[in-house]
Amino acid sequence: MISANLSAIFYLVSGVLFILALRGLSSPETSRQGNFFGILGMIIAVTVTFLSTGNFSSGFVYVLIFILVGGSIGAFIAYKIPMTAMPELVAGFHSLVGLAAVFVAISAFLNPEAFNLGKPGDIKLGSLIEMSIGAAVGAITFSGSVIAFLKLQGIMSGSPITFKGQHPLNAIILISIIALIYLLCSTQSSNLFWILLAVSFLIGFLLIIPIGGADMPVVISMLNSYSGWAAAGIGFTLENTALIITGALVGSSGAILSYIMCKGMNRSFFNVILGGFGATDEKSSTSSKEQRPVKSGNADDAAFLMKNASSVIIVPGYGMAVAQAQHALREMVDTLKKNDIKVSYAIHPVAGRMPGHMNVLLAEANVPYDEVFELEEINNDFANADVAFVIGANDVTNPVAKTDPQSPIYGMPVLDVEKCKSVLFVKRSLSPGYAGIDNDLFYKENTLMLFADAKKMTEDITKNL
Amino acid sequence: MEIDPLIFRLSIFILSIFVGYYVVWSVTPSLHTPLMSVTNAISSVIIVGAIIAGLSGNSDSVFNTSSIFGFLAIALAAINIFGGFLVTQRMLAMYKKKKKDKK
Repeated sequence: MISANLSAIFYLVSGVLFILALRGLSSPETSRQGNFFGILGMIIAVTVTFLSTGNFSSGFVYVLIFILVGGSIGAFIAYKIPMTAMPELVAGFHSLVGLAAVFVAISAFLNPEAFNLGKPGDIKLGSLIEMSIGAAVGAITFSGSVIAFLKLQGIMSGSPITFKGQHPLNAIILISIIALIYLLCSTQSSNLFWILLAVSFLIGFLLIIPIGGADMPVVISMLNSYSGWAAAGIGFTLENTALIITGALVGSSGAILSYIMCKGMNRSFFNVILGGFGATDEKSSTSSKEQRPVKSGNADDAAFLMKNASSVIIVPGYGMAVAQAQHALREMVDTLKKNDIKVSYAIHPVAGRMPGHMNVLLAEANVPYDEVFELEEINNDFANADVAFVIGANDVTNPVAKTDPQSPIYGMPVLDVEKCKSVLFVKRSLSPGYAGIDNDLFYKENTLMLFADAKKMTEDITKNL
Repeated sequence: MEIDPLIFRLSIFILSIFVGYYVVWSVTPSLHTPLMSVTNAISSVIIVGAIIAGLSGNSDSVFNTSSIFGFLAIALAAINIFGGFLVTQRMLAMYKKKKKDKK
């Protein structure tokens, strides 16, 4: 058994190690060391908890068993999961953090003596407030993440689910959560605690269903943030520094990522979370669709264009992940490089279904990270490049965002693909992208459409090079 | 008058938000996915609360309603800790620089 002061110091140490873990991610070279710091911080926190309870009775054995069971499942998932499924995995993991926070809060509510929070029915007011906030946010994180997971996994349709009175209903539920917390704290009634949990689960569900598939980067980041705030709430209840620091770190991390994602789409955070984007626009664009001529080509034409280029910029998008084309793409690039063609990759902030999604896929296909550039870094290079190869991206290349103030995506930062001498656009059909609007790029003089599956087309081009 | 310890915790919390803010802005965008998976793993430090809950039973009965929720939370958090750190490691191992000595 170690003293409360000593364990508090160790919790502080593990909090600092968690900060260093995030700090390490400022560059790929230091990132692996950062991950090690994170693991070290976790080991310290868990060990100190064991030592401070000083309870090595039969309960301790069960704790170890449960850690082992959970750990094996986690390790198994971590090794098996394909990189394209990373958004689903992260959403799934968020739901677990949320549920764990709920369970800890339930446990503390039922047996406050174990946590030094008072007696059942007479829990310290401050602790009860913290606990109920932690539980409510945890429950929202859980059910919201489950919906996000189902949408990403394709079990649930990615299209927004909206109904009349949705926003007023959500507002009423959110207000009732605050009222419930107030009542719970004044009456200490366990019934109210259960109702609070049920209502929080419900609102998490309702908040995420109206948000469409391509807005998932924002949703995942937002839920990331929520899981942090839930952890912080529990951290206050348990008076645990490591948990408070971590919760704050994760909470602000998720908030920043949501902000970056919203900026990448030029939409306000509220516009995204209120949902329904794309659902209304789709109708108008299909009815007013006019036939415009497009030039389409085959793998042979594409290979010819690229062979005669001196620099090529690749623009990957979610379609590349769907078609699992990253390895085929990398083989094509290898062939291009053998012919002394300069190749770089341009990544839009919201490409894919989560922040940094494309970067991970390219890294998986052994693309060196110093050939991969962000929008601001590379956007000026399009004018000097010979060929832009757009694979699985759509809205993020649409020049309409710069020219048409009427367009729903007007003002969104886009890649200046149209400035290239020629554009190769791999796509299965002419159907509009997520925003439900036509891409002007399809009809440009210098655009060659390659109608095929991304992977198959890339492989065919490689053969023809 | 003595200062409530809650104020100290609140100070740590607020300052950590600021630390988080600056640290996360310095994360390179290409590592945003590992950032999410590692924040996931570290937020599972909530396991410390779960462990206290799990150990709350006495020697006669290890399992009571409270400790069962604790054990469940331990398992969930452990999935996240192991899964989160390992998948982050797996991802980070893939980020390679251009080989300079490539012939």
